Formats: sequence, C-alpha cells, structure tokens
Amino acid sequence: MIIPSFWIFLKKGEKMPSKRVTKTGNEIFAEAMRQINPDVVAAYPITPATEIVQIFSQFVADGIVKTEYVAVESEHSAMSACIGSAATGARTMTGTSAQGLALMWEMLYIAAGLRLPIIMAVVNRALSAPINIHCDHSDTMGARDSGWIQIYSENVQEAYDNLVQAVKIAEHPEVRLPVMATTDGFILSHCLEVAEILDDETVQKFIGEPPKRPTIFDFEKPITLGALDLQDYYFEHRRQVAEAMKKSIRVIDEVADEYAKLTGRKYSFFESYYLDDAEYAIVLIGSTAGTAKDVVDKLRNAGKKVGLMKIRVFRPFDYLRVRKALENIKIIGVMDRADGLNSFCGPLFSEICTCLYESEKKPALMNFIYGLGGREVREEDIETVFEELFKIEKQGKTVNTKYIGVRE
Amino acid sequence: MPSIKELAKRKEKFVSGHRLCPGCGAGVIARLVMLAIDKPVVVGCATGCLEVSSTIFPYSSWDTPFIHSAFENVAATISGAESAYKALKKQGKIDKDIVFVAFGGDGGTYDIGLQSLSGAAERGHRMLYVCYNNQAYMNTGIQRSSATPRGASTTTSPAGKVIPGKLQFSKDIMSIMIAHNIPYAAQTIPGRWNDIVNKVEKAINTDGFSFINVLSPCRLGWPHKPEMAMEITRIAVETCFWPLYECESGKYKLNYKPKEKKPITEWLKLQGRFAHLLKPGNEHIVEEIQKEVDRRWEELLKKCETS
Repeated sequence: MIIPSFWIFLKKGEKMPSKRVTKTGNEIFAEAMRQINPDVVAAYPITPATEIVQIFSQFVADGIVKTEYVAVESEHSAMSACIGSAATGARTMTGTSAQGLALMWEMLYIAAGLRLPIIMAVVNRALSAPINIHCDHSDTMGARDSGWIQIYSENVQEAYDNLVQAVKIAEHPEVRLPVMATTDGFILSHCLEVAEILDDETVQKFIGEPPKRPTIFDFEKPITLGALDLQDYYFEHRRQVAEAMKKSIRVIDEVADEYAKLTGRKYSFFESYYLDDAEYAIVLIGSTAGTAKDVVDKLRNAGKKVGLMKIRVFRPFDYLRVRKALENIKIIGVMDRADGLNSFCGPLFSEICTCLYESEKKPALMNFIYGLGGREVREEDIETVFEELFKIEKQGKTVNTKYIGVRE
Repeated sequence: MPSIKELAKRKEKFVSGHRLCPGCGAGVIARLVMLAIDKPVVVGCATGCLEVSSTIFPYSSWDTPFIHSAFENVAATISGAESAYKALKKQGKIDKDIVFVAFGGDGGTYDIGLQSLSGAAERGHRMLYVCYNNQAYMNTGIQRSSATPRGASTTTSPAGKVIPGKLQFSKDIMSIMIAHNIPYAAQTIPGRWNDIVNKVEKAINTDGFSFINVLSPCRLGWPHKPEMAMEITRIAVETCFWPLYECESGKYKLNYKPKEKKPITEWLKLQGRFAHLLKPGNEHIVEEIQKEVDRRWEELLKKCETS
C-alpha cells in the first residue's frame, strides 16, 4: 500500500483536494465515472459489474451528471454504441465483465482499429463454461491482443486511480486508443475498502476537455470512418495502431507523474515489492498482490530473500523495464489467474519468458495457474509457490506449469 | 415535397465513383435518400454491398460524415452517435440540427442485425433506418436470408433435384417494426422516386425512430437485365408482391393501388432465381406463392381500412 502523501505538496492555506471514502470496487468505479462526467455511457448489466452502471444510472436519473445513458440490449450493442458515440468526439464510457466482454470481442478490435478513446471499467470474472460469476482473468486476457490498453488494480484505491488516469491516457493525441481499467470480481468489486478520492473539480481539471480529433460531426470536412481497407492499406493502418500502443508507454508514465503530483500516489507499469535484492520472486496481477505482500513480509522476517512484482499495465507490456527488474533474480514464479490452454503456460508467463529471453542472466522460471473461477487464494497458497521455488534451487531444474489450489 | 427540378439542384451527398454493379438498386436508393435530406446528415452503414462498394480507402462516395463499424450493429452504432448528439447539444457544443440515417441490407436488418435494430427502435433514437432489401446475402455471394422469397434459388437454398429453392416465405419485417410502436414505418421502391423521397422526408421529420424497407434489385443475385432494375421494382408493386404503404403512429395507409393486380408470374419471369419455378412440375409452388401474395395483400388492405 502506498501511503498517501498529498499533504507535502500543499502550500499554506491550501485545501486538501481529496477526501477519504469507504467504497466497494464497483462503487468507486461509479464514483470515478460521476467525476469524469462523460458525455455518453452505453452499457448492459452483468454480474459482478452490474452495480457500476446501476449506480451511474441513478446519477443520470438524478441529473447530477450531464451524461446521455444508453441502456442498450446487449454488450455487443454497448460497444457498438460507444463506437458511434466516440466517433463524434464525445467522451464515452462503459462497463462490463466476462461474457459481456466476450460478446463485445468483435467490437473491441474495431474500437481500437478506429482509434476511438473509449474508457471501460471491467470487472474480471471467469469465462463460461462451466458458467461461473467469480474472479479470474480469463476475460480480459482474451482481449489482450485487441488493441486496448489494459490496467489492472490491486485494490479499490488503485481502481479509482486507474480509471481516472485512463481517460487522459486514452485521449492523448499520440495514443487515441481505448483503455480498460479492471478490478477482480467480488474480491474488489464487492469489497468495502477505504480509499482517497479527489474532489470533482480536481478530476475535471486533471482530465480536461477531450483534445480535438477528426469526428463524424465535422460537416465542413466530412470523414468516412470505418472504410474498407484492402491489401494496399490495411497493413499500414494496423501498423499505426501498433505504433500508438508503443507510444502509449511514455504517455502512461507522463500521466502517472502528473497524477502523482496531485495525489502523492505514483504508479508505474508494475510495482516492485522487495525486488531489488530478491533471489526468489513471484510475478502476478491484481488483488492477490495484497496477500502475496503479507507472505513476502513473513518470509523476509524469516530471513528469506523473496520479493514480488505486481503487473499493473499488461497492455502495453513494458518488456524492457520488466526485464531489468527481474533479470537479477535467481528463480521466478509467474502466477497466472487465467489458463492459456495451450498445453504449456498461462498468458503472463509467456510475457515474462519473452522479456527474459534476451537477458544474459536467465532466471529460472516456473508457471503457476491459480484462482480460476474465484477459487480462494490464501497465504498458504502463496507460501506453497515460494516453497516450489526454493525446491527448484535444490533440484536444479524447473518443472512444468503447476496448478495451485485445485483437486487433481 | 421537392419537385424533381429542385431535387436535381440539391448538392449530392452520395456521389459517383462507387463500385456498385451496373443495375444495382443500392446506389440509386442511397442517392435518392440522401437527396431527400436537405440537412446535415450523419450516415451509418452495416457491412454489406453498399458499404464495401462506396468506401474503398482512400476513396469515399459519401460527401457527408459516414461511419461503418460492423455487420450486425448499424442501429446500435447510430444509437451511440445520436446519443452523443443529444449530449453535446444539451451542453451547447453543437448548434446544428443533425439527421441520422442507418443503412443496412436485408442480412444486416432481418437477420444478424435484428437485435440491435429492435433495441434502437424500442429506445426511440431519432434516426431513419433504411433497409435496402435485395432479398439475400448478395455481398457474400447470394446466400438465402429470411428476406428471401419462397421458391428463390440462392447459393444456400439452391434449386436442386429434390428441393426447389427456398422453402419458406419471407419474414414480415414491416409488422415486426410496426409492433415496436415506432412513429413511422414505410415500404417503398427506388423505381418511384417521388414515393421514396416523400417517405424519407416524412421519416426525418418524425420525432423518433423510423424505418423504411426498400426493395433493391440485384442484377447478380436475382439476376435480371441491368437496364430492367427500376422497372422490375415497379412490377413488384403492380403484382402486389411489394405494396407501397406506410404506417404513421399505427395508422396504415396504402400509397398506391394497382388498377389491375398482375399475376405473380409477371414478377417471377423476369428473374433467373425463379426460372425453375416456371418449368413444368412446379406449378403448385407458383400457386402457393400467388396465394401468399394474395393473403398478405388482403391483410394489408384490411389494415388500411380499419386503422
């Protein structure tokens, strides 16, 4: 947990631009949306993300936001309506989870390909079948190559901070890509935590007016958006999407710096927890980081040189900095809350492997699949992972992907 | 309604250079619809012939803002644009009155796009949805749709030795749309410019969702002689296969009653997709089609009389 230290930036007589609130992940997403005050929200309810748009609908009904709320008939139409709205230059948001995100899949690629800065609050939930409403990351991992920037949260505080920053990242003229900020289903979406939020005015000042971009409301110079690209242009346009994703790395840093000046909370692509001198480390995403930090503390107290890397931004993936932070570690356990079903490893493991391939000091790597369908992750499970890492050193070799916490 | 001279003087918003087939109905429909709208207009298009032929990058036939996103969702896409318009207008960021038009083929309307169309109609977005209905998935190569008429041979309902073309009658999309209680729904053809222009004008001046179903001849899929394209739509009307009518807030109105209803064979004989029906042994199918055309026509007349 990063300790809020905004007060050090306050001059004498200045008011604190923030306050402490107790909210669930869904409530804080809705609260951030109220403060962002988008022009259009088009959404369809789905457990465990329903509350986000439910709370927001009340804001609309009570007239405390300027937003047009489009209560569409499916998630496919939600993303389609978001595309139509964002194409006009309007600031556009939505929220979803799991099957809803899967139904949007076709439109996710189109939103990114048309370079529309849509902002989406996603609550991570397992994908069917079997149907399950609880947390894992298979939904957003399925969308990892869609051209969306993906920011994951460890806790309710981060969920808020990530969604507010998402607006500025998405709309940056050099980026113009959609962004999803996520929370772990139920673990964060329905869990009350204390968080510090900015006041409305500060949020508005931070995000500013959306920067100008070509829109379908320009009648002087009308544009055709979504034209047919054949062999002669498609590749160039996709190349531009790739370039925008690359450029977003710098923008994500800049936005984080600016946000840190407001809040004292400084975010990066990942968080390092006792990594500098660690010999054994775990890499993971999301709320499990909180549990893992406690285990790291415990093992450190017992004299073990252990550490943790929590990935915050999964797309773009900051290969260079991740490599630098990990290459001196002897043994790394990568914990995936989604299975790749590729007969080998999970999606995060693939990325970490890729990062380290060009490193001269190649740490030993092991993959753990855990927590699918909301299977609880306890401290003992994290301890088991570290035990496995210690074992590798003794055995001198890694083993195939291990499944943690499952009956086999 | 503007005279043809006035229309001719208007600035074209659907311009030449598109790559639709000669004798295709979609281009004529798009041009007439755009001419009928004398206001700033944003156009959405479902994936299909009209979209792929008019927007081949870096060219566009649309001299007005245009958006295409996917196949099944033009009504949802335009829902979003129209909602943004409402939001921005409320905030004083836009002062223009903007008209929203969505074009979809029968695939994007009757079948894969039916859900998003229904959603948009129910929510009552102010837009005109135009179905350019060529009665099959022509863009992918003439596959049957739920708009394909009984007996028509398509590549997925081919006339074979055992099965004589499509077995089902077409879906009654007009009744489906009217059942949404939308303020305006109409059926028309490109072969009568005044009818289509008049209906588009009415639709865009309606406060709410409006739907126009336009018969769109397809020289490749029906197939017919290209120069017969407009005439063939008029014959569809004369045989009562495609009546010209509208429904304003639940009130049906027949816009044209043929002096003498022509037999359905007049419509069938002009198109290759029905050729097998006119061969000996298939008379019963032609009879069935005639019976269904008569039934639907009588039903429509009744609705017009009683509503």
